[in-house]
Amino acid sequence: MKQGEKFIARIRRQEGPASKPYREEFELAFRPGMNVIIALMDIQENPVTRDGEKTTPVAWECSCLEEVCGACAMIINGVPRQACSTLIDSLETPVVIEPLTKFPLVKDLVVDRRSIFENFRKIRAWVPIDLTYGAGPGPRVSQEAQRKAYPLSRCITCGNCLEACPQVNSGSPFMGAAVLNQATLMDSHPTGRMNRSERLAAVRAKGGAGDCGNAQNCARVCPKKIPLVDSIARLNREAIIDGLLKWLEK
Amino acid sequence: MKANIIIIGGGLAGLMSAIKVAESGRHVKLFAIHPTRRSHSVCAQGGINAAKNLKGEDDSVWKHFDDTVYSGDFLANQPPVLKMCEAAPGIIDLTDRMGVMYNRTPEGLLDFRRFGGTKYHRTAFAGTTTGQQLVYALDEQVRRFEAAGLVEKFENWEFLSPVIDGSGTCRGIVAINLYTMELKAFPADAVIAATGGIGAIFGKSTNSIVNTGSAVSAFYQAGAAYANPEMVQVHPTAMPGEDKTRLISESARGEGGRVWVPRDGKPWYFLEEWYPAYGNLVPRDVASRAIFKVVYELGLGVEGKPVVYLDISRLPKEDLDTRLFGIMEIYQTYTGQDPRKVPMQVFPGVHYNMGGFWVDYNMATNIPGLFAVGEAEYQHHGANRLGANSLVSCIFDGMVAGPAAVHYASGLNTRSEDMASSLFDAETKRQSEINSGLQKRSGSENLRALYREMGDVMRENVTVVRYNEKLKAADAKLRELTERYENIGLPDGGQSLVFARELWNMLVLARAITLAALERDESRGAHYKPEFPKRDDENWLKTTKAFYTPDGPRFEYEPVDISLIKPRERHYEIE
Repeated sequence: MKQGEKFIARIRRQEGPASKPYREEFELAFRPGMNVIIALMDIQENPVTRDGEKTTPVAWECSCLEEVCGACAMIINGVPRQACSTLIDSLETPVVIEPLTKFPLVKDLVVDRRSIFENFRKIRAWVPIDLTYGAGPGPRVSQEAQRKAYPLSRCITCGNCLEACPQVNSGSPFMGAAVLNQATLMDSHPTGRMNRSERLAAVRAKGGAGDCGNAQNCARVCPKKIPLVDSIARLNREAIIDGLLKWLEK
Repeated sequence: MKANIIIIGGGLAGLMSAIKVAESGRHVKLFAIHPTRRSHSVCAQGGINAAKNLKGEDDSVWKHFDDTVYSGDFLANQPPVLKMCEAAPGIIDLTDRMGVMYNRTPEGLLDFRRFGGTKYHRTAFAGTTTGQQLVYALDEQVRRFEAAGLVEKFENWEFLSPVIDGSGTCRGIVAINLYTMELKAFPADAVIAATGGIGAIFGKSTNSIVNTGSAVSAFYQAGAAYANPEMVQVHPTAMPGEDKTRLISESARGEGGRVWVPRDGKPWYFLEEWYPAYGNLVPRDVASRAIFKVVYELGLGVEGKPVVYLDISRLPKEDLDTRLFGIMEIYQTYTGQDPRKVPMQVFPGVHYNMGGFWVDYNMATNIPGLFAVGEAEYQHHGANRLGANSLVSCIFDGMVAGPAAVHYASGLNTRSEDMASSLFDAETKRQSEINSGLQKRSGSENLRALYREMGDVMRENVTVVRYNEKLKAADAKLRELTERYENIGLPDGGQSLVFARELWNMLVLARAITLAALERDESRGAHYKPEFPKRDDENWLKTTKAFYTPDGPRFEYEPVDISLIKPRERHYEIE
């Protein structure tokens, strides 16, 4: 597209969880480097539809605008992704923008993804340190182990992997890739491993790794390109072995 | 003893404060605009400083302290800076124990790299996403306390105002639920403000868009002293963009990246030529001024544009992928160009607020019951922050303020839960009236347009180079915007209402920044006036304290504690 060229953004809107959804179209002027956030900001400044009707600004969430906070996930042209790192130039027009569907809707493009953090709590996704006083350095970690774990630690809990997953839906308790990956990450830390038995029990329970259908959509939409399929497979293996050992010890 | 400490802000300083309070068995209510894991601290890239001296360089806590004070051009009170530097190695150990995936040496120890304003390998790092990894590690510890019932999170809530009783003591807060727009007062025996930076006041910055300074401004309007408002750091290397300027970490230069512009058909490494002793790793204020000089005075911006090259394309490929991946990813996402192959185009961008809440050495503000931590306070960075000191100061502040707030709350004669409910109802009513008043506004002024004008005038006049005439003109413009604000129209009662409140608060703080800069007739750290090019210790070795009045800020000054290191002139061209 060229500077100033007009394009259409078609947005799915909804006043609240119980309201009826509707679509609105806006005509916007392209500028080089424009991302979906800038397009939404243009609408915020001048909330007038393509037909010249005055409307309310579209509600959405964003914060860092550099794909590290995870706030601005939405479905853009059918694909769940981050609005801040999606450049208009890379998209077919009209640009169709919709909220994620696997989370409770708040308003327009805003959804409530706190269930991800609640599931973090369920799987006890933390390294169980004693206290915050001077206990010296942490455990040694090899370069190889760090290089394997670091990519997993870049998850921004955007929720795109859950959105893309056929196993995540209102009738299923499946926690989804972001949560299971967090379990793999905690298990890869020497101290994190100390409460892995509790964690793996949660991973084996309903909604855990066993519910993964291996569609592998998660890895395809992950903005940070985390090897989620491999991460879940590793976790599943550990969970099964741990379960077997538990059963043998009985 | 039930709920009695409120923390506003879920970044590193807020999270560490929460951990310390919860560890002492007290109950915390933690308020954050977004889920805490999305806080702006995740944007910190390059690393966190501590003099661990693992590279055989004779580094020491004292040298870290000296670099920090020297980089800050002697405006910081020295005793708390020394305490921070002393605590730094323990802070790295603690976060290492919490599972931060720091880069490692072949032996499995933490690796350290160089950063600006120092000669030592003093910066521990997790790729170029160190802030993100630290937030996650602390967030997970807070979640543990949440599971234990000691922390209650109020995510998607925004702070609006403090509740202050007849004796001037802070007794709680009023906040708004951003999902339901519910307004509510929350009593507290102590409040810790961990409300972050103010980049949005400059329109475009490296900050997240939540960093409006709105909360700090609301406390300032309620009587909190705001220290050194004029000290705003402009980071030398950021990617210019329409929505923000995206940071390209100093670690790019720490790992060997070089800054240059073409001159007479050849690369000119101007930082290396002008500052042979520190080269590309001069402190940020020095580097930003040098880039301004090259672009605006010498007219040597790349392709005639206001940008210079930051070149990491000659660094070993493995180093790039294991040590600088995050910044390469950002650059490539937004420009489509690969920094492994072509030099990046960068320019200075507003980055960090050295000023903030005035606090004492226990992080207590001048309002009893109110503490402040992290970028929101002014204590450790003087007139120019040393790179990779922000993460350490955030965590250090939490370690000090958490216990200090608990100690204060324990000594109270009257607890907030015993206060008359009318105190809280009155403040809720006042806030609710402000909201309904705003919602009735249907004037012709556009909020976003006013915001853009404010940002433009602040960036143009109140950043790297400051002239008194321009500062006066900028203040006149801010007053004009304040008047025009009276005639705003609100397109809806949701996000626009919240933004309208933030914009008002930003305008108030913008005036304090601009007028404090006008007052300070010298050059010190990030504050540079060509008309007064020298540091003037005789008249200006003092902390600015701004107090709100409806007619604009009133300034007081207090001496800086220089009891440990005698001020000396800064020179980065020689050893």
